[in-house]
Amino acid sequence: MTTSKVLPALPLLAPALVAGTLATPAAAATVSVTIPRINVAEYHRPYVVGWLEPVAGGAARTVFVWYDVKKAGREPGTKWLADLRTWWRKGGRSMQLPADGLSGATRAPGTYQIPLPANLAPGQYVLKVEAARETGGRELVSLPLTVPVKKGGSAAGTTELGAITIR
Amino acid sequence: MRYSPILIASAAAVAAFASPASAHRQWLLPSTTTLAGTSEYVTVDAAVSNDLFYPDHFPMNPEQVTVWTPDGTVGKLENPATGRYRSTFDVKIDKAGTWKIGTQRSAVMGSFKVGGEEWRVGGRGRPVPAGAAGAPPRSIATVAEIPADATDVKLTEIQSGNYIYVTADAPTKTVFTPTGKGLEIDPITHPDELVSNEEGRFRFLIDGKPAGGVKVTVVPGSKKFREAEQAQELTTDADGVLSVRWPVPGMYWINASASDNKPSEKRASERRMSYTATVEVVAP
Repeated sequence: MTTSKVLPALPLLAPALVAGTLATPAAAATVSVTIPRINVAEYHRPYVVGWLEPVAGGAARTVFVWYDVKKAGREPGTKWLADLRTWWRKGGRSMQLPADGLSGATRAPGTYQIPLPANLAPGQYVLKVEAARETGGRELVSLPLTVPVKKGGSAAGTTELGAITIR
Repeated sequence: MRYSPILIASAAAVAAFASPASAHRQWLLPSTTTLAGTSEYVTVDAAVSNDLFYPDHFPMNPEQVTVWTPDGTVGKLENPATGRYRSTFDVKIDKAGTWKIGTQRSAVMGSFKVGGEEWRVGGRGRPVPAGAAGAPPRSIATVAEIPADATDVKLTEIQSGNYIYVTADAPTKTVFTPTGKGLEIDPITHPDELVSNEEGRFRFLIDGKPAGGVKVTVVPGSKKFREAEQAQELTTDADGVLSVRWPVPGMYWINASASDNKPSEKRASERRMSYTATVEVVAP
């Protein structure tokens, strides 16, 4: 993602050009994902994954996947990736993990910002966010998306996921 | 009524060849069909019963089960155990791809006469209980033992297969490579990626060619917890394709049967074929 490196130099350019640059790049789009706080006796941070499916068809593209990256041995953290069952079927099962820039540790309840890939081809997509929690539930939230992103959008889960917002 | 171990084994064997009219169903039930990574096990229940997947009749014999790994080689079954109603075994799924686990049988059964006395061929004859009055069981195991002076030879060839499919990481199709013999499946939708809101499509083959008009029964498990069994009686189309809509997510028992007059055993007049599989249909 080169845009962010370019941005600090932009104030030197004409204001009109700056405005034009900020309005168009797809790289500026960010998805925010909220993991709700759940009051249960036994809480484990959920496995959460986000991916993009082109509406016209084609391969799904994983944007982020949070799982227990440290757990190794007889029951490695990767064991429960299949519980993210829709993502697993749409392409997770063919991925090599950990994957640079995509995979990371599970997150505590809170809101997280994830930049969407800078090199997305223009077109219609559906952003899908799926969460599965040990001893808990599983939820899938879908949100339509047009690239380049001119207008954001928002959706929300009811159990395992909170607000999902594209800006 | 008490059963000897031999009788229990033969009852299970008979059920494997049972005609569609018989409600006793032979089934395999895997703990899961989808695994992440190659360090996991799948554990399987195997039984014969009316209701799916509720073991209340006879166990299957784990010795009859074969494991085919994704590259087509034969794999290993571990920890087999036979209980009163069901048997269990484990398979270490240590290679990526789709595994096939199940039973595969081929037999010739029927009858003939020698000097006006009727004899039976194969395991379908009822064994006479030990100590029972009357004639000893007049039966032989194989066609090769039929004496030269036999008359009224009536033989049926029976082929059957009963499988589950388990996939570690991405699915593969090697285990579906048709042998070109009997009733087989050539899946269009992979059996390990079925979802309840999408139609499942499977092509059936007889001797390697698409088989239209094959009758297929599709039954979801857990009838106990519903009013009706929700079984579907379906038929393959002209291209041999079966299209299935799944009323609920869950484990399903699929049983296809066909018969024709093209047995590979020359002295047999009829061939009866069946294909059975248990598949997992997840919620979207």
